Amino acid sequence: MALHPSSAPHGGKRPFPWSHMVGFILSIVLTVAALWAVLARALHPGPLTTFILVLGVLQIVVQLFFFMHITESEGPPWHAWMLMLGFVFVVAIVAGSIWIMSFGTEAY
Amino acid sequence: MAVVHEASDAFNVREHGHHHDEDALRIFGFWIFLTSDLILFACLFATYVILSNHTGSGPTPADMFDVPAFTAETIILLTSSFTCGLATFAMHHGRRGLMLTWLIVTLLLGLAFVGLEASEFTRNALAGATMQRSAFLSAFYTLVGTHGCHVSFGILWMTSILIQAWRKGLAGEIPGKVFIVGLYWHFLDVVWVFIFTVVYLMGVMR
Repeated sequence: MALHPSSAPHGGKRPFPWSHMVGFILSIVLTVAALWAVLARALHPGPLTTFILVLGVLQIVVQLFFFMHITESEGPPWHAWMLMLGFVFVVAIVAGSIWIMSFGTEAY
Repeated sequence: MAVVHEASDAFNVREHGHHHDEDALRIFGFWIFLTSDLILFACLFATYVILSNHTGSGPTPADMFDVPAFTAETIILLTSSFTCGLATFAMHHGRRGLMLTWLIVTLLLGLAFVGLEASEFTRNALAGATMQRSAFLSAFYTLVGTHGCHVSFGILWMTSILIQAWRKGLAGEIPGKVFIVGLYWHFLDVVWVFIFTVVYLMGVMR
């Protein structure tokens, strides 16, 4: 991660944040697509839930790659491993909790 | 501007090795924090999903959620994540003025987001949908409120970094600090995308 100003020439062409523009457009498109699918009832509830969750995951990918620069690091990418471990914990906590807590709730 | 710039470059050359290692370590440490914060939100999401249909005598998600309001909050936060990315980009290219401008835009969008969320909470609470009313409402205010607190804290933090960058320029520790507050801001956007999907969209789907 090159934090400090690079010694690139300042006189000529001004740098343009292309990847940020692409990331922003993608994130807006993904949001509008999810909103439209839900409001228009484009699918049955089950597939619709899966569809908007997939769009949510794609949003995370956009944030991580276009804005958080997850792939940019000079040493080994320890932070990426850390984050992957975090995602494993998240899946275990969320899926595990839902699984175990939804037994027997039909009675209430 | 150019003079300040050259001065800061000279400073960086002298101090580069030292700051470089420390910055890398700080950024890695911050990724560890983000991972643990992600687990905090995972617990709140799990609680919400389990309790979201336990509405008791209170309103259901579909009764309560206002599509234009939560769509506006989402677009505002996504845009602020983009402008925050532009601030980091300007910093990488040594353009301090542009970086400060984008940080201010990000802060204003963050304030608009918190304002909208506060008005949404107030409106619902005055209509009787308070935190004590049902298990769904307790889980809802805890999850969305925790995110709102994170954004409010982010606004204070980013303001302090803005003042430091204003006074000291892009020398020394400032770029690392700007980069880290940027990571925090993008992370809040990631969490919001899931609140938008799991809380709001699935709420109005039912």
